[in-house]
Amino acid sequence: MSDGVKIILIAVSAALVNNVVLSQFLGLCPFLGVSKNMKSAAGMGVAVIFVIAISSAVSSLIYQFILVPFHIEYLQTIVFILVIAALVQFVEMFLKKAMPALHKTLGVYLPLITTNCAVLGVALNNVTAEYNFLESVVNGVGTAIGFTIAIVILAGLREKMEDNDVPVPFRGMPIVLLTAGLMAIAFMGFSGLIRL
Amino acid sequence: MNKCMERIKNGIITENPTFVQILGMCPTLAVTTSAINGLGMGLSTTVILIMSNLMISALRNIIPNRVRIPAYIVIVASFVTIIDFLLQAFLPGLSESLGGYIKLIVVNCIILGRAESYASKNPVAPSIFDGVGMGLGFTVGLTAIGLVRELLGAGSVFGITIPGYQPIGIFVLSPGAFIVLAFLIAFLNYRKQKKQQKDTNDTVCRSEDCMHCGNTSCGGKFFDFDGDTDVIGHAGQKQAAGGKADVQKTQSVRADQTETEPSKSEELPSKEPTEEIKVEEKQKKEKPEPSKAEEVPRKEPVEEIKAEEEHKKEQPEPSKPEEASEKEMAEQTEAVEQSEKKSEQTESVKETPKKAPSSGKGKKKKSKKKHNSQKEKKEGITEAAATKADGQEVKADE
Repeated sequence: MSDGVKIILIAVSAALVNNVVLSQFLGLCPFLGVSKNMKSAAGMGVAVIFVIAISSAVSSLIYQFILVPFHIEYLQTIVFILVIAALVQFVEMFLKKAMPALHKTLGVYLPLITTNCAVLGVALNNVTAEYNFLESVVNGVGTAIGFTIAIVILAGLREKMEDNDVPVPFRGMPIVLLTAGLMAIAFMGFSGLIRL
Repeated sequence: MNKCMERIKNGIITENPTFVQILGMCPTLAVTTSAINGLGMGLSTTVILIMSNLMISALRNIIPNRVRIPAYIVIVASFVTIIDFLLQAFLPGLSESLGGYIKLIVVNCIILGRAESYASKNPVAPSIFDGVGMGLGFTVGLTAIGLVRELLGAGSVFGITIPGYQPIGIFVLSPGAFIVLAFLIAFLNYRKQKKQQKDTNDTVCRSEDCMHCGNTSCGGKFFDFDGDTDVIGHAGQKQAAGGKADVQKTQSVRADQTETEPSKSEELPSKEPTEEIKVEEKQKKEKPEPSKAEEVPRKEPVEEIKAEEEHKKEQPEPSKPEEASEKEMAEQTEAVEQSEKKSEQTESVKETPKKAPSSGKGKKKKSKKKHNSQKEKKEGITEAAATKADGQEVKADE
């Protein structure tokens, strides 16, 4: 298949079929923690797209041009996580100066993304699947869009559930997990949608 | 030694990372497709947690504060890489089934969380035991989930197949993880709730401060059917706040500290609405009293007017102008008193309960006396002015 088609399929697969949260179980802590209302969920989603897009690009470049030539691939975990942490700092400083409105909206969520499994997971998956630079970026953006879709849907459901009469042992985290489980079942319907 | 055992108990039971703190969810749900996988992942995380706690605690006075998070990350990542390669070399089966999730232990919230909150502030020995406790708690959680999922989803326990059982496939797939974890946490919540119900017999919200209660489902109404309120709506003021209120506060404080812990703060206050609803129904059957404090002072003037009207009916209605003027005076006093009450509601809240039981007659006499004294004062002033003027005129005349 041609490269263009492959790229589209990577994006769709990352976002829907192998949804980062509901199939791969990456990024669950913010998924469960920040999905209380739509506004914060949307903010988190946008922040994640931002960071993952840049970090997957940068980590792919570093892997190709620094780690491989010097045969220090085994340092990938340490290097990637440091890159991500530094990147989040820079993105926050940059947003504060260049786009203060966006910075205010994203606010608290940017530092939280450092410990988001999804960011490191995407970087490592790109290495495992041996994607080139463009494919890595597309995979990253697709993953982030999938994360945003999932977290916004969950936030909408949680907002609706706020006034519901939930049995006492299930109040709080259990009912959220059950909701996420039902969402996971729904997203399983996407499997077989494409074949890479 | 006691402190170390306390750390272990804390990690396994009190602040279990999986069931109580809801941290480290990524590996919890991803690798627990079987009990062995859960056990392996838990033990690997325990080893990394112990070693990183040790290192961070030992270096806690050397690492500058501004770069502490990247420093912790580097330490943890180094240990993760070491463990990853050790597993690949000596336990290749486990390494393959855990896949990429070993590398993701770096961003496991538990490790960074414990480093930030405990290891960086405490000496080496308690930090090690804290790592042991938290890691064991995590392992227990993972193994429990893995056992349930494997049993229901693959019909086997630690690899030993149970004959004659048709497995339910969904439990080893991703939705099953969410569902099993939800039910396990709900079960533990249920146990906790039963234990707390046994401990305290309180059935009424003891919060004196609605604004900071955090329970948004009580609708601002709470009832005390023990009869120890002075004004309806401020339950529990006479009893000590003790037990539940303190538990509420500590739990809500903890919820603030760990962001991903909404269950606890919602748990305890959420019990009360169900009990309050029962109390509500009881009260509604017993007395048709209003539950709002505002309606109480409003009722009092109405009662006063009614009492005075009854009193007027009791006396024979004269057609004399004096009593007609008395009526007008009474109405004026009512108007005066009503305006006074509107301006000074707080005082009226305290005064009207005392006034209410007193008879209408007494009130009327009081108001009459008040008005008469006021009138007399005015008359006195005018009379004095008149006598002065007269005296002056007389003097002038003389």
